[in-house]
Amino acid sequence: MKKERSFIDNLHVWGKVWGLIAAVAIISFPFLLMVIYQTGPNWKGLLNGFLAVVPMFWAVGIIEIFTYVPMIGVGASYLSFVTGNITNLKAPVAMTALVNAKMKAGTEEGEVITTIAVAISSIVTTFIIAIGVLLIVLIKPVGTFLQSEAIAPVFNNVLPALFGGLAVVYISRNWKLAIFPMVLMLVLFIFIPFLNSSTVGIMVPVGAIFTILVARVLYKKGIVGTKYQKKGE
Amino acid sequence: MGLFLDTTFTMDKPLVVIIAGIIVLIVLAQSFFFLIKAVQNGKKMGIDKQIIRNTITGSALFTIAPAISILIGVVVLIGALGGYVLPWLRLSVIGALTYELTSAASVMEALDINVITSGSQYVTVALVMTIGIIVGIVAVPFVCKPITGGINKMKTKNNEWTELLVSAMFVGMISAFLGFIFSDVLSGLEGWIPVFIMLISATVMILMGVLIKLTKWKVLENYAIPVSMVVSMLCALPITQAIVG
Repeated sequence: MKKERSFIDNLHVWGKVWGLIAAVAIISFPFLLMVIYQTGPNWKGLLNGFLAVVPMFWAVGIIEIFTYVPMIGVGASYLSFVTGNITNLKAPVAMTALVNAKMKAGTEEGEVITTIAVAISSIVTTFIIAIGVLLIVLIKPVGTFLQSEAIAPVFNNVLPALFGGLAVVYISRNWKLAIFPMVLMLVLFIFIPFLNSSTVGIMVPVGAIFTILVARVLYKKGIVGTKYQKKGE
Repeated sequence: MGLFLDTTFTMDKPLVVIIAGIIVLIVLAQSFFFLIKAVQNGKKMGIDKQIIRNTITGSALFTIAPAISILIGVVVLIGALGGYVLPWLRLSVIGALTYELTSAASVMEALDINVITSGSQYVTVALVMTIGIIVGIVAVPFVCKPITGGINKMKTKNNEWTELLVSAMFVGMISAFLGFIFSDVLSGLEGWIPVFIMLISATVMILMGVLIKLTKWKVLENYAIPVSMVVSMLCALPITQAIVG
C-alpha cells in the first residue's frame, strides 16, 4: 500500500509546482513587453545594468535562502521567495505567529502556523498595494499625501517600530546569545558609513552566521541550550 | 490584435495592466492555495481552531503597517520610473524596495536617463529588475528540500543544538536590524529618532506583556506587536517635530 505523504512532503510538491508557475509568469513580463512594444532591449544598458546588480543580488539571494529557509520553514519559504519582502515582513510575521501559537519551527504543526501566517500576510499586502495603487491612479492627491512630509516620519520608522517589539520577545528569551551579535552590529553600523538601510539585508546573513558561531561556543560551554531557554520562557 | 500593433509609447497601456494583473492574481492564488491547505491540514492534525483563528487575525494585523510602508515604496518607485504598472507588479510579487530601487537606478544610470521614454528603455529596465532579483524564486524549489532535509538530519543527531541554531539565526537577523537603527546616531540628535521609536516600541511591548500577565487575556498576544508598532510609529510625528522642527 502506498504510504500517505506528510504535510511537509506535500508542501514541497505544491511549492515546486507553484514556484515554477510563478517564475514563468514573473519572468515572462519583460518578454511580453517586447512583444507589446515591438522592440528589444538596449543591449549596452542591459549588460551594464546586469553587471551592476546581478553579482551582488544573486550572491545575497543565495545566502538569504540558506538563512531564511531553516528559520521560517518549508511552506513559508516557498511563499515568501515568490511574494517578497522577507526580511521586513514575512520572516517576522512567521516567527511571531510561531511564538504566539507556542509551536516550534520545523515541526508539522509549526509548518501549518508559519504557512498560514505568511499566506495571510501576502494576501493582505497584495490587497493593500492594489487598493493603494488604484487610489493613487484615480485620485492623484492620495499619492501626494503618501509622499508628504506630514506623514513621512510615521512610515520612515516602520523598521525601528517592528524590531523594537520583536527584540523584546526574542532578546529576552535569548539574551546571553544576543549580547555579542548586538554589540558587533552596533559597532559596525555606527562606525562604517557604507552600512545603512540599503545594505542591512546583506548584514542579516552576517549577523546570523556570527550568532550561530557564538551559540556554538556558548552551547559547548553549557551556557545556552534548551534547558536555559525553558527557564527563560 | 490592434493592441499589439499600437507602438505609441505609454508605460501603462491597458494590455500591460492586464498582464501585470494576471501575474499578481497567479501569486495571490498561490497564497490562497497554501492558506487553505495549511488550515485543512491544521484541522486534521488537531490544532485548536482558536490558534488557527488567532494566527490569521494576528498575522493580518501585523501586516497592515509594513504593507502601507511597502505601498509608499510603490509611490517612490512610481516617481523613479514614471509609470505605475512595473512598481505595482514588482512590489506585489518577489520584490523589496531596496532591491527594486537599486536595480532601477542602476539600469537607468547605465541608460543615461532620468525617466523612461521609450519601449526599449522600458524593456531594459524591466529585464534588469526581473533577472536581477530572480535567484530566490528559481533556486528555492531546488534547494529548499535539501536544506530542510539537512536540518532534520541535524535534529535527529542533536535536537537541542538544532533548535538553538534556528533561534540563533533569528537573533542574528534582529541584531542586524538593531544595529541598523543606530546607523545614523553620529549625525546628531536627528539620527537618534529611530532609536527613540525602537525604545518606545519595546516599552509598549513590555507593557502589553505585563497587561497579558495581569489580565490573563491570552488573545492580546496577537495584538502586542501590531499595537507596539502603531503606537511607536505615531510617536514618530511629535518626536520628529520636536527634534527637526
